[in-house]
Amino acid sequence: MILAALVMNTQGKPRITKFYVPLGVEKQQEAIRTIYSALSQRPEDSCSFVETEDIFGPDTKLVYKHFATLYFIFVIDSSESELGMLDLIQVFVETLDRCFKNVCELDIVYNFNKVHTILDEIVMGGQVVETNSAEVLKAVQDIWKLERVGDLNVPSVRGIGSYRSKS
Amino acid sequence: MSSQGGWGSSKEFLDLVKSIGEAKSKAEEERIVAAEIEMLKRRIVEPDVPRKKMKEYIIRLVYVEMLGHDASFGYIQAVKMTHDDNLLLKRSGYLAVTLFLNEDHDLIILIVNTIQKDLKSDNYLVCCAALTAVCKLLNEETIPAVLPQVVELLAHPKELVRKKAVMALHRFHQRSPSSVSHLIPKFRQILCDKDPSVMSAALCALFDLVTADANAYRNLTTSFVSILKQVVEHRLSKLFDYHRTPAPFIQIKILKILALLGAGEKHTSENMYSVLAEVLKRSDAASNIGNAILYECICTITTIHASPRLLEVAAEITSRFLKSENHNYKYMGIDALGRVIKINPDFAEQHQLAVIDCLEDPDDTLKRKTLDLLYKMTKSSNVEVIVEHMISYMRTLNDAHNKTELASRVIELAERFAPSNQWFIQTMNQVFELAGDLVPPKVAHDLMRLLAEGAGEDDEEADSLLRSSAVESYLHVLGEPKLPSVLLQVICWVLGEYGTADGTHSADDIIGRLCDVAESHPGDITVKGYSITAITKICAFEISAGRQVDLIPECRTFIEDLLASHSTDLQQRAYELQAILALSPETVANILPMDASCEDIEVDRNLSFLNEFVESAAANGARSYMPENERSGMSTVVTGTHEQLESSAHALRFEAYEVPKPAAPPPIAAAPAALPFPDFEEQKPESSRSLRKQLAADREPDADSLNPEIVRLRLDGVQKKWGRYSQPQSSSTSTSSLDRRGDHGSDQVTQVGGGHREAVAASSIESGPVSELRQIERKKPQPEISTEKQRLAASLFGGPTASGRFSGSGGAKVSSRPGTVVQPAEKVLPPRPSSGGSKEKASDAGISKQIAAPSIPAPVDLLDMSDDNVPRVMTTAPGNDPFKQLEGLLEPVTTSSALPVPPQTASMDLMSLYDGNPAPSATGPVTTVPDLVSIAAPSSSSGASQSSTNGFPSLMDLGDLSASPFVELTGSVQGQASSKPMSQLKKGPSRQDSLQKDAASRHVGVTPTGTNPALFQDLFG
Repeated sequence: MILAALVMNTQGKPRITKFYVPLGVEKQQEAIRTIYSALSQRPEDSCSFVETEDIFGPDTKLVYKHFATLYFIFVIDSSESELGMLDLIQVFVETLDRCFKNVCELDIVYNFNKVHTILDEIVMGGQVVETNSAEVLKAVQDIWKLERVGDLNVPSVRGIGSYRSKS
Repeated sequence: MSSQGGWGSSKEFLDLVKSIGEAKSKAEEERIVAAEIEMLKRRIVEPDVPRKKMKEYIIRLVYVEMLGHDASFGYIQAVKMTHDDNLLLKRSGYLAVTLFLNEDHDLIILIVNTIQKDLKSDNYLVCCAALTAVCKLLNEETIPAVLPQVVELLAHPKELVRKKAVMALHRFHQRSPSSVSHLIPKFRQILCDKDPSVMSAALCALFDLVTADANAYRNLTTSFVSILKQVVEHRLSKLFDYHRTPAPFIQIKILKILALLGAGEKHTSENMYSVLAEVLKRSDAASNIGNAILYECICTITTIHASPRLLEVAAEITSRFLKSENHNYKYMGIDALGRVIKINPDFAEQHQLAVIDCLEDPDDTLKRKTLDLLYKMTKSSNVEVIVEHMISYMRTLNDAHNKTELASRVIELAERFAPSNQWFIQTMNQVFELAGDLVPPKVAHDLMRLLAEGAGEDDEEADSLLRSSAVESYLHVLGEPKLPSVLLQVICWVLGEYGTADGTHSADDIIGRLCDVAESHPGDITVKGYSITAITKICAFEISAGRQVDLIPECRTFIEDLLASHSTDLQQRAYELQAILALSPETVANILPMDASCEDIEVDRNLSFLNEFVESAAANGARSYMPENERSGMSTVVTGTHEQLESSAHALRFEAYEVPKPAAPPPIAAAPAALPFPDFEEQKPESSRSLRKQLAADREPDADSLNPEIVRLRLDGVQKKWGRYSQPQSSSTSTSSLDRRGDHGSDQVTQVGGGHREAVAASSIESGPVSELRQIERKKPQPEISTEKQRLAASLFGGPTASGRFSGSGGAKVSSRPGTVVQPAEKVLPPRPSSGGSKEKASDAGISKQIAAPSIPAPVDLLDMSDDNVPRVMTTAPGNDPFKQLEGLLEPVTTSSALPVPPQTASMDLMSLYDGNPAPSATGPVTTVPDLVSIAAPSSSSGASQSSTNGFPSLMDLGDLSASPFVELTGSVQGQASSKPMSQLKKGPSRQDSLQKDAASRHVGVTPTGTNPALFQDLFG
């Protein structure tokens, strides 16, 4: 499963942190620091995996990708595919990019609740739910549309966003 | 939604983020955040905060907590917000709660009710929000409260909801398997859901279930195989494509499940061969995700009952990974190589250079992975090189965790494969120096035992040479600063036992060094104890040799210090030393004989030598001995001797004497008292265990020791090579000697001697009757390795002289090394059908030879390809790549790749996708498993026949072609034709755009966390 999904910038400041395993606040911060120090020391053309047994226990590793000023990091155990995770990061970033039109770090900082919504559509409870960024986008936009409509009591919200079957 | 327009947050939040971004120091940031927290604390308790405002506060709380500050004061507000009717607020509440609270938090109970309500909501988005929250928030106690609602959602008309409900159930299963145990059959049913995305959610759950108990799910194998087949054949809707690869995550999950199901199951595995071949054939080796699938195939192929053909392809892909320039592929390649050589050890040799490359790569992960691999490949012929690399890597490590692990690996390899004792000692010294106190004490004891027993070939000369060299090296090591305690203990012991043995060093010299050791480690009682005992021994040796011992002043001060030490143990040792100095040479020679740490001691268990004394005492009217349990009180204790013993046992806890052990403590237990030595107490059980292991090993000196090459590849059941095998009798002798503790009585001198003897007895256990069984792999040290890679490779992989190659089974091991014994390979790796007769020394083409051996019961039409070009077809080998030749055909791709997909209807019923099986699909959304199986069988065969007979495969090839990077670069035309242009063609976000954007923001003078506020001014006008 996916133990955690993190986005942090190249200075080590967390931008999105989501832990799918219970971890206290201090532990989370410690993990973020350790991960950052591990990543920042890695040379440019090294592989995208870092074994992290000392942080998350045996059999876990980080899969990360570096975009501009950001690291996108998934912490996984052996039941996930490392290369597959790289593509999942790709899906995540792709979706962000579609949502925010050329996403940059500021978008993520200022809209981190939206980013969480997107992430929730991709990963749920540590398992991958959706890998098609168009589908993710559609689901997320349905939510936002409804959020703009406002109160759930308004009858018009029914039937909004028939998901996937439209296509 | 442009990036600026999308920032729905308030100015205050933007200001907060901005000021934190501008903070020049950590302290300044802390101050800003602290002020923010103060402000929020005040604001959220104000009455009548507008709901939107509250949402804003909560978002800021989440942000603050993400930065590592405590926001617990606001948790309750977040919980309240989940009750809100407004979806935006409710979702914000759920988001905050899932980020703030762990499943066991007290506040959760306040949300359960809301969740229950939301799960029943008419609005599917509310259901989804609640399901997402459920995954994070519920624990064993609260799961039953929502379980009925979640189960109900399994029948929800929206597949998104169904999918998330399955995920939630899976999560429940992870949390508390018992709570959903009655629902496990549901997961099987969901596998037949009409929507593939729901089915894929069930795969995650089934993966966990199969991991726990593969046998219970083996009957689903055909279902998984047929699902995988359909996916691979591109029969799912294009919506499931990812970069033109059909549902890669489903493929990967199923491959993982198949690996679990097929492990060790010949029949089950055979059912998978054809679909695996299909996956291998269709996966696009040019894309990352295609390689992810290929790697997963390797894992599956190497785990299930082996198919020689598939193995060959797996090997082929592995070599492609290894040769890749991409570090990720190299990493996967190293991992895959580790898997392949488990089945075919010869395969490693073809890739030695690639492995060396990885080993020397600056990439730490890759290096470590390679060391992992080498660790698995170690044999006596390459142990020196591998250990050398490990040690040099160990030098670069800082964290204790990795160091400990690496150290234990080095020790294990050294113990198993050491070519010479000298090498072993040197390696151990390095390990001690580098890993210091991370090394378990047992290792130190093994090392001392090795020195004490020598090479065990009854070659006294060699033994004393070994010891002198150890003494020399330790005297040298002592010059270095900051030595770990364990190493110092070893050094002290060795210097004490053998420091003066060869006469090169004078007693004063050694004693001086020992005093230095103790002096430079004032806080370390254990080292001091070792040191004073060593001095005692040297003095004793001197005295018994008839020389006058005149202690150097340094030593005198040391002894005087110890006489007044707070540690009773050190005190006692010092007194013992003093007592020895006053004794006659004969007595001393008796109590501390030279080089006798391995001697056995005859112990009179019945204390017969006291009989006379007892008789005369009895004759003089003394009362007879009364066992302790018969005595009414301590006042009646009979003799002074006993009383003293008893009290000393209580006061000093003479641990070493007290507990009768089946096996003895290690030789360094020369300490008469163990009270201040927590180490000792730990060590003893360990050493006795290891000894027992040896005894056990001794009882069956079977192929394990005779066939070291084979054992080596296994990681479990490490066989100990060091130390003597001892006979059971000798063990019992020493046991009895240990058992007896009363006979040294009140005479202190005797007690001193006893202390030593005890230790001697203890160590003697290992020295039993000398066994001639020496390890075969103790060969001469390898020649010096040059830095040149080829040579390195040769030494790592055995080069042409490696003795460790033999065929998989039944063959005879043919060794090219003249000196080595040719063993019948009885205990080879698990027998495989792959190779029948005996096999000659492997050539480079060993693997293919072996695989293509005539005796293979080749599955018919497995790979759908002829024998001679098997290795090539799977790869993008430049020579015969049909894709390249078809480059001109890009245009028709859109139409052709759409062909194999059946007409897309609104529902994507998996069943309806079966060729020639339209009827069963009408049985409804939930088909039972047996049905599915029965359907699957004919469909898979028909699918196979179709792909081999009509033009289908070539069309598929075209489909694959479109996923190659070339097309992605040039395929804009095609992109417009496709229904989902961007997602299919653009690999990832437009990096250029973001870079430009980034550059633009830099141009304005700001990096997001930089200190220049110009960008923000721009934004806010």
